[in-house]
Amino acid sequence: MAWTWFHRLGSPPYIYSLAGRLTPWFAWPAALLIVAGLYDGLVLAPPDYQQGDGFRILYVHVPTAYMSIMIYTTMAISAAVGLIWRIKVAHAVAASCAPIGASITFCALVTGSLWGAPMWGTYWEWDPRVTSELILLFLYFGYMGLRSAMEDMQRADRASALLAVVGIVNVPIIHYSVVWWNSLHQGPSLMRLDRPAIQVSMLVPLLMMILGFTLFFVAVLLVRLRGEVLSRERAASWIREAVTP
Amino acid sequence: MAAALAEARRTRTPATPLLTAAGLALTRDLRLAFRKRGQLIQPLVFFAIVTTLFPLAISPELSRLRDVAPGVLWVAALLSSQLALEFLFRDDASDGTLEQYALSGQSLSCLLFAKTAAHWLLTGLPLAIMAPLAGLSLGAPAAAVPGIVAAVAVGSVALSLIGATGAALTLGVKRSGALLSLLTLPLAMPVLIFGARATELAIKGEGYGPPLELLGALAVLGLTLAPLATAAGVRVNLE
Repeated sequence: MAWTWFHRLGSPPYIYSLAGRLTPWFAWPAALLIVAGLYDGLVLAPPDYQQGDGFRILYVHVPTAYMSIMIYTTMAISAAVGLIWRIKVAHAVAASCAPIGASITFCALVTGSLWGAPMWGTYWEWDPRVTSELILLFLYFGYMGLRSAMEDMQRADRASALLAVVGIVNVPIIHYSVVWWNSLHQGPSLMRLDRPAIQVSMLVPLLMMILGFTLFFVAVLLVRLRGEVLSRERAASWIREAVTP
Repeated sequence: MAAALAEARRTRTPATPLLTAAGLALTRDLRLAFRKRGQLIQPLVFFAIVTTLFPLAISPELSRLRDVAPGVLWVAALLSSQLALEFLFRDDASDGTLEQYALSGQSLSCLLFAKTAAHWLLTGLPLAIMAPLAGLSLGAPAAAVPGIVAAVAVGSVALSLIGATGAALTLGVKRSGALLSLLTLPLAMPVLIFGARATELAIKGEGYGPPLELLGALAVLGLTLAPLATAAGVRVNLE
């Protein structure tokens, strides 16, 4: 009774139409928030007294960096749900997360590198956060590689789900060992300078961008999920009704 | 197969005690490996060759080599531990041994842990004995030998366990070598960090206790969790 709505989420036809109906509700607010956040951040917010206009890449870098971890967590949780309760749709969600997460992680690395060029004087610094972000990108690649190497869909689902769970256990270990490695090898670097607390006029566009990027992720996830469900259920009879207008 | 597996897990009560069964699995693997001695030393020869490449590529001066020695040792150890992984479960999966293990009613994770232990005895332990020789040739002082042996011995436990998890996950993939490295190397990075750090401190003649203890912590965590993940991975690929 009270759980029927939950059980319906496991049904591919239901999730296909639900994802289709929900997409605009995430996509439009995401577009509005990102456009407004960009205008606010790039035009209205005052330049930083130390970094000038260079800091403005923060409005893309911080949301992507936060989302690279958030998407991996989403992926691992839905993989675990799929593994434990054997829900096909949960595996489809995990599979749809991976390419988005890898692209976002790549964006975080690129924007960080572009930010580093004027601020640290180098495009690449073996800073702990940069390094663990890079390892996270490798973890995404491993997940996607394992999926694509297996022909049988169910086997690919379960093996890659296990890998995602093993990965999420390791993410904090990798992060802290990298932090420790770095703190042993070099003293406080340039970026450890105490930065002034962020001003409200800079913070508001940042929060808008973070929220906008999160909604953007959900929208893209829903679109990818529809594609994933379609390709998985291509033999099912409900597909014909769903795709004919 | 899936139904048979579930049935076996539920009903069969094995006649052999678990420790005996695990011991038999371990000795079986060791015996099989010693019948092919040529293959047994290949990772060691690989390790020796890789450590030889670095003086040729960097410089023959011992003072410069001493600085990079920990990194060279650990990268070489990491790579040579990858070599045998692809075949850790491959032969047993193709001839049905793993299915028999899964159907035996014994705990699959314990039997696979015995296989992993055999793998460590055949690759990790010899590496720990080889590593100080390579270290000495790269300019490490003789006093560093115990530290290097301890670091490689403990670190390779963690490497074998991570590798076994990766090997189980890629069991269903035909040529899994590159994919296996892609899966396991990121997970092995903490081992590399602490192992190289312990080795570096040992070469400098300083106390290498803390990084060695962290390596031990990683090994214990691996001992606790990796056999479960390995068994789950093998089950996925058997069903």
